[in-house]
Amino acid sequence: MKNTKARNASGYMFLAPWLIGFFLLAIGPILVSLYLSFTRYDMVGDPRWTGLDNYIYMFTRDRRFWKTLEVTFHYVVFAVPLRLIMALGVAMLLDKGLRTIGLYRAIFYLPSLLGASIAIAILWRQLFSIDGVVNQVLAVFGIQGIGWITNPSTSIYTLIVLAIWQFGAPMLIFLAGLRGIPKDLYEAADIDGTPRFRKFYAITLPMLAPVVFFNLVLQIIEAFKIFSPAFIISNGTGGPADSLLVYTVYLFNEAFKFFRMGYASALAWVLLVIIGLFTALAFATSKYWVHYENERD
Amino acid sequence: MLYPLLWLLASSLKPENEIFGSLGLWPSTFNWSNYTGGWEALPVSFSIFYRNSTIVTVLSVLGNLFSCSFAAYAFARLEFTGKRLFFGLMMMTLMIPYHVVLIPQYVMFLKLGWVDTYLPLIVPRFLASDGFFIFLMVQFFRQIPRELDEAAQIDGCSAFKIYWAVILPLSLPALATSAIFSMIWVWEDFLAPLIYLNDIKNYTVPLALRLFIDQEGKSAFGQMFAMSVLSLVPVVIFFIAFQKLIVRGIATSGMK
Repeated sequence: MKNTKARNASGYMFLAPWLIGFFLLAIGPILVSLYLSFTRYDMVGDPRWTGLDNYIYMFTRDRRFWKTLEVTFHYVVFAVPLRLIMALGVAMLLDKGLRTIGLYRAIFYLPSLLGASIAIAILWRQLFSIDGVVNQVLAVFGIQGIGWITNPSTSIYTLIVLAIWQFGAPMLIFLAGLRGIPKDLYEAADIDGTPRFRKFYAITLPMLAPVVFFNLVLQIIEAFKIFSPAFIISNGTGGPADSLLVYTVYLFNEAFKFFRMGYASALAWVLLVIIGLFTALAFATSKYWVHYENERD
Repeated sequence: MLYPLLWLLASSLKPENEIFGSLGLWPSTFNWSNYTGGWEALPVSFSIFYRNSTIVTVLSVLGNLFSCSFAAYAFARLEFTGKRLFFGLMMMTLMIPYHVVLIPQYVMFLKLGWVDTYLPLIVPRFLASDGFFIFLMVQFFRQIPRELDEAAQIDGCSAFKIYWAVILPLSLPALATSAIFSMIWVWEDFLAPLIYLNDIKNYTVPLALRLFIDQEGKSAFGQMFAMSVLSLVPVVIFFIAFQKLIVRGIATSGMK
């Protein structure tokens, strides 16, 4: 065949930008970050090797680390399932074949698209403030509202409500999944007079299980990385009483507020391991849920 | 669903004393001064913040389109030693959380003297750092019939000519999807500007919005909401214009 050299040359020419980026922005930093996680580094002097100290401190003595894990898991455990239930519910409503489905799909998706923006985080601060809209609605029903954000036992739920509001992306994936379920299954069930909830448990859920799983893993990975809303709603502190101190806010503050770069690197590696476990789970089971986009629209 | 967004829009037009204490959306008088006042409320005008955000966003989108389509073309259409290995590595970088590379990247850019410039926000995009778009384009390029490349090759086209004249024109949906999403994500990005930009003159719109929170004592809620609304406008315009593409892109690729 035409010489391999020429083929390689043109291959690597096209790959060059990515290759440079891969070494300078990915692999290099990953290795450096692993190294830094075994050091004490405040950016003034050189990193000082301290072995496993950062990790030992993290797991045995750093109570804020355990607090941040607790806050983050609390968020993940509530936000992800509730968002998925909402997404599936609305997807099933839309799948009933409303004529205006396109419009509704768009409206339901819009919050997901805007969700990352600071404007929405600022809006959320106000909605849940002591004189905010939420409390005004409660007042209509004669319920005395509280400062949802300033109260440490409720503040995380403002983030969870925000997450539920942004159910659009998993909803679209559910919608695509629902379209893939053969309609004759339902027709057969209708002939047998199967009640609606039984159809849901016996047909929809099992047929949709791979998509549910896909969404679940994807959303868990996303949820662990939540940053901007928690940062803005707590005004950068993770407060009140560390109740909004999600993992990435803690990491950010350790690195860029207190310049404990070594310790923050160790935190980043623990996050990598957590996310890595979920990603591995996704890949290990991928043969059950992978489908290609050209199968159907 | 839309009530919070409508509330934001309504509050941006209300006089200060009407924002809280009423669930109704319609303002008694339209207080456009929230917009004019808010535009100049911070020590630096929003004209500067919008200019900064526009520079960063436009260059980042161009960087993503060029570098990611280059890499995707290599992965999808060319044969070379080590291709499978590199493709595997590229897929692996997709799942690495940004926070792991954040600190070394910061140290590197600091030593290069790039902190408080836009270079740390833009240059990585020209080096195909958003692997997600590579993946999306690879999937698309693979569906283009091989015969087209072969025919072009027989006609004496170089690999670059095939990429430019055959593959790219046939891949407009994939390129448009990538452009739209990178535009929206870069426009909304908060973490990277927060880390790299210090001087308020260099702030992007999201960073500027955050300054309003620190000013809350001055009770300029109307202005804060007005600027929040304006910050969402580009995203909403893109959303309305490309709604079909965005919705399809999400459903088929599973992205956020």
